[in-house]
Amino acid sequence: MSQTVIEPVSENADASTEPLLQIRDLEVGFQTQHGVVPAVRGVSLTLYAGQTLAIVGESGSGKTTTAQAIINLLAGTGKITAGQILFEGRDLTALSAKEIQDVRGRLIGYVPQDPMSNLNPVWNIGFQVEEAIKANNVAQGKAARERTIQVLQEAGLSDAEDRLKQFPHQFSGGMRQRVLIGIGLSARPKLLIADEPTSALDVTVQRQILDHLGTLTRDYGTSVLFITHDLGLAAERAEQLVVMYKGKVVESGPSQEILANPQHPYTQRLVAAAPSLASRRIQSAKTAGAGGEAIFSEGSLDATLVARAAEREADAAAKDLISIQNISKLYRIRTKGLKYNELLAVNDVSFGIRKGTTTALVGESGSGKSTVAKLILQLESITSGQIEFDGQDVAGLKGAALLKFRRRVQPVFQDPYGSLDPQYNVGNTIAEPLLAHKIGSSKERQDRVRELLDQVSLPWATRYRYPSELSGGQRQRIAVARALALKPDVLVLDEAVSALDVLVQGQILNLLTELQTELGLTYLFITHDLAVVRLVADNVCVMQKGRIVETASTDEVFDNPREAYTQELLAAIPGGNFQFGR
Amino acid sequence: MAFYIFRRFVNYFFLSLIATCLAYVVSSLALDPAAKYYGRNPQPTQQTIDNILDGLGVNPNVPVLQRLWDWLVNLVVHGSLGTGVNGVSIGDQIISRAGVSLRLLLIGSLIGALVGVTLGVWGAVRQYKLSDQVVTYGSYLIFATPTFVIGVLLMIAATALNGAAGAQLINFTGEYSAGLSGSWWDLTLDRGVHLLLPTIALVLIGAAGYSRYQRSVMLDVLSADFIRTARAKGRSRNSALVRHGVRVALIPMSTFFAYSFGTLVSGSIMLEIVFSFHGMGEFALNAISQSDINAVAGTTLFVAILILFSSTLSEVLYAALDPRVRN
Repeated sequence: MSQTVIEPVSENADASTEPLLQIRDLEVGFQTQHGVVPAVRGVSLTLYAGQTLAIVGESGSGKTTTAQAIINLLAGTGKITAGQILFEGRDLTALSAKEIQDVRGRLIGYVPQDPMSNLNPVWNIGFQVEEAIKANNVAQGKAARERTIQVLQEAGLSDAEDRLKQFPHQFSGGMRQRVLIGIGLSARPKLLIADEPTSALDVTVQRQILDHLGTLTRDYGTSVLFITHDLGLAAERAEQLVVMYKGKVVESGPSQEILANPQHPYTQRLVAAAPSLASRRIQSAKTAGAGGEAIFSEGSLDATLVARAAEREADAAAKDLISIQNISKLYRIRTKGLKYNELLAVNDVSFGIRKGTTTALVGESGSGKSTVAKLILQLESITSGQIEFDGQDVAGLKGAALLKFRRRVQPVFQDPYGSLDPQYNVGNTIAEPLLAHKIGSSKERQDRVRELLDQVSLPWATRYRYPSELSGGQRQRIAVARALALKPDVLVLDEAVSALDVLVQGQILNLLTELQTELGLTYLFITHDLAVVRLVADNVCVMQKGRIVETASTDEVFDNPREAYTQELLAAIPGGNFQFGR
Repeated sequence: MAFYIFRRFVNYFFLSLIATCLAYVVSSLALDPAAKYYGRNPQPTQQTIDNILDGLGVNPNVPVLQRLWDWLVNLVVHGSLGTGVNGVSIGDQIISRAGVSLRLLLIGSLIGALVGVTLGVWGAVRQYKLSDQVVTYGSYLIFATPTFVIGVLLMIAATALNGAAGAQLINFTGEYSAGLSGSWWDLTLDRGVHLLLPTIALVLIGAAGYSRYQRSVMLDVLSADFIRTARAKGRSRNSALVRHGVRVALIPMSTFFAYSFGTLVSGSIMLEIVFSFHGMGEFALNAISQSDINAVAGTTLFVAILILFSSTLSEVLYAALDPRVRN
């Protein structure tokens, strides 16, 4: 594999030089009706010129707030309540509005998280880049325009000149992120704050962009303050690491040391939960015959692997529960006037899923994997081919037969924020499928809800709560409980853990594995994250541009990928080859 | 694009046709144009009344669909909207009155929108500060005050001003001073002075509404990520808000503006009466009170065209502001 871990840069600043950025005992609070709620509680960190430092932590840990405090762009009612932020020896917290405005952009560049919402939809790209150049007085007039083209070309948009007049909605996510990186670096700042710059992008795009960002900042000698929730990414891209938890720094030091030998219990949990190529498929605690914490223990692994292999061979003759033969899906996209463009979203795809196993469908966004899920769920009709479920062709299902099919095949979707009705409490949400299929009396449904909440490890008291009062992980548990309400045989999990933090992701993956063993469920697991695949899947289908390019068992795909595209995907996993200290 | 516009106008044609036909049928069924002749002294003979009604095409003895058909044929063949109960062609009356109304409404609603948008943006940026509170409660007060009360209050204020100045600075009855002659400039100035008070009333009412909407849209935009990004580029807060905030916040307002302009005709009836302006609002009211079926149908057609024009205007504005809906 081509990707190797970047060695710590040798020109690491020695102690005698003055740090570029030094944060001392920073405290940030948000004013609410119930007084000031602290978000950052006594954070200190030091960044030397030319270095890259990553702040790692889950959402809500205060990492973004710390970064925004540096350039005094805190959201809403946020205020710095104590501490100092020294930039080249100057305390940024003491600057006037006019002075800090001069620091922003010119001395400290900022690359925000979400490329979709951070460019103004109504101004063209050229305007938005030129604005940064003019605001920092890098160039004016015609020179500013030329500089705009140069900045965009450096950021990796080779056809920048022709694209200046285009608007953000005409750019892909990756291109927009390049524009934002260009804006952040346009005045050649001494420090670049990159707040989760690639979290919204596919792994392969993420890798290209981070490689490019790395090259640019190295060339310019720019220091980078890198903010991420992804431990693998941090390990790969930064020399120094600061781990934040609940507004405090719990551990800091050289990346490799921390990841290889985490000291703080939180860091240890974070390292343990981070999926990477080095990890193995999660075994159910019951199968593994050990306590819940033994999930990653190597000892019991071989034995279970052997057992599973034997089981698999015994089942080899068994028929597939779901069998997909040569399915295609053609979309007609209306263009100007009455003309149509045809898009073959799924192109001659075939695979089978055996009962009680997990098949992962992997690919970048736009590869057609979600369309396959919709076709299997009968939410869209197939253009050609055949889908058999339990020996029955599902394409022709109607009325009662279709309802029966729906009872046996249930989906779990990506966004736990969007897929639950905010006006329905948890109890009603879980009971809704039972109601829709007219199953049981009110009392029986109540019992089933209790049983399901128990299965997804949520207390019975949760039933009266509303989605807005729950965390992302809790919501996804509810979504799983709802999917299980009808006692289905198959769960179609469409990016079901992609929106979650690593720790929560680990919990949900464990839960799914437990449920699979307990209830004999079959999973179709759709994801763009290969590291997660390693943890849960028995078989993998790799999709690219509507076709399946490789189908194999998980171990085969990871140890010996045949196709170039699969190899590329594997290489793009952040921190893929890094040996975590487990 | 040409095909799109063509299809749109075919659509509009049928919509206006349906609206006008419905108005004709409903007013024919509800209004009794013969009633006012029975009240006359001496009462005209039934024959005379029937002749007058037949001449206007509104005799209730003729089936309503037959009369509608005749009215439409007359419209298509002669381009005429029929004759009103006062014997004057409806088309001519609408043309002279539409000028009065549109002059008042165009100026009033444009200035009202501008003032309202400015106040809304200002209120959002200075949320909960004194100036925001003043604008907020001021607009609630205007909302809660009936239009004619605003009109009368303005008249009282103008009278007091005239009294204090000892001269007739502000005229507020009618569209112009009767019998005034002079150069073109004198006449225009005179009309301008007469427009002053009703325009102020329209601006107040318009600004009260626009400022509330604009404030809430602007508040949403203020917390948008791209505003923070613009400030991170090195722009000052105010220039980021003006360059990036206002234009985005104006997008939903364009729809609101265009449609409220379309419906202003009916809304300005009260103002026209208070200030003795002989515009479309007064015309619509008279048409109904005098059981003038042709005038009701004509007014409906006029308002329908105005609303459809406004809807086109709103889409043009929307596309001008938001590049995402172009193409």
